[in-house]
Amino acid sequence: MADDERSRDLAELYVRFGDDRLVLGHRLSEWCGHAPVLEEELALGNLALDLLDQATVLLERAGSLEGRGRSADELALFRDASAFRNLLLVEQPNGDFAATIVRQYLFDVFDLHLATSLETSSDRELASFAARAAREAAYHARHSREWTLRLGDGTEESHRRTQTAIDDLWMFTRELFETDPLVERLVAAQVLSDPQALHAPWHDAVTGTFREAGLKEPNDSTFRSGGRRGMHGECLDRLLSEMQSVARAFPGASW
Amino acid sequence: MSTAASADTQGSLWEVFVQEEGGAAHVHAGSVHAPDREMALQNARDVYARRGRVASLWVVESTSIAATAPADRAAFFEPAFDKIYRHPQFYKVPRGIRGL
Repeated sequence: MADDERSRDLAELYVRFGDDRLVLGHRLSEWCGHAPVLEEELALGNLALDLLDQATVLLERAGSLEGRGRSADELALFRDASAFRNLLLVEQPNGDFAATIVRQYLFDVFDLHLATSLETSSDRELASFAARAAREAAYHARHSREWTLRLGDGTEESHRRTQTAIDDLWMFTRELFETDPLVERLVAAQVLSDPQALHAPWHDAVTGTFREAGLKEPNDSTFRSGGRRGMHGECLDRLLSEMQSVARAFPGASW
Repeated sequence: MSTAASADTQGSLWEVFVQEEGGAAHVHAGSVHAPDREMALQNARDVYARRGRVASLWVVESTSIAATAPADRAAFFEPAFDKIYRHPQFYKVPRGIRGL
């Protein structure tokens, strides 16, 4: 692969991974002041901070690979929804606590397997990022798994809400393992491992937890995708208009 | 202590002990609410172990702790006050001894 093509591909990859974490981190931060108990408020805030911190690292590198002088802040705050490359799963609204936990668990298990697979990436910066991200993802997945178990196997009400969340979010999970020409080039260059190989371990872990919690895998989802091509739901517009409002009203402001 | 009403919605109260490095004592850091042991550990981690160095965490349900009452003070502790030889400070520690 020619050097500038590789840089362009890597920049796009870093934007994808960075946007996943930026959008999910922002979603979690929307719980500030609204979490069911103080301890969970802090837990969700900690998850959000981990993800936003990861997003900063990834978008910073995306900006430098892109070579147009854009910083992580500019990428986060001055792009419109159609330029975002995050998975549809992570932009889904918080809903109730069960929906937030299910969305988180589906992502965390994926993130853990992804980060582990990236530790041997031929892109050394991605590999060293992944080593740290895998440790964080391991804790995130533990937290969201334990909540999934308790909600699924809790009261009738918590079970119903958790199953509803799974039924609503399942359609966004196939996208996690999708491949496209960019992914194929990066797999060939050993930057990525084949995303489809992550599906089986993810599926085993997730459905194993569902079984333990008395929850069911939906059997008739029409899967959605398009996030990697900038085709997002309206919910991302609303998220961005809030997240970007201050930066756009006062460009270049600092505090 | 938690009231019956808050115990219903927040889980029971757990005391958190933090060890800063291997071999050191676990020191009481505070308390968290949680429904069970695993979530108590996770909550303790998120409340008390996110910043600073931590090697290990203990949580124990507050109701498992037996504590003296203020009224026990005289009977339990005062007999020791006037016997200074019972205090470690009474004895000189040889130079060169550390980490006692």
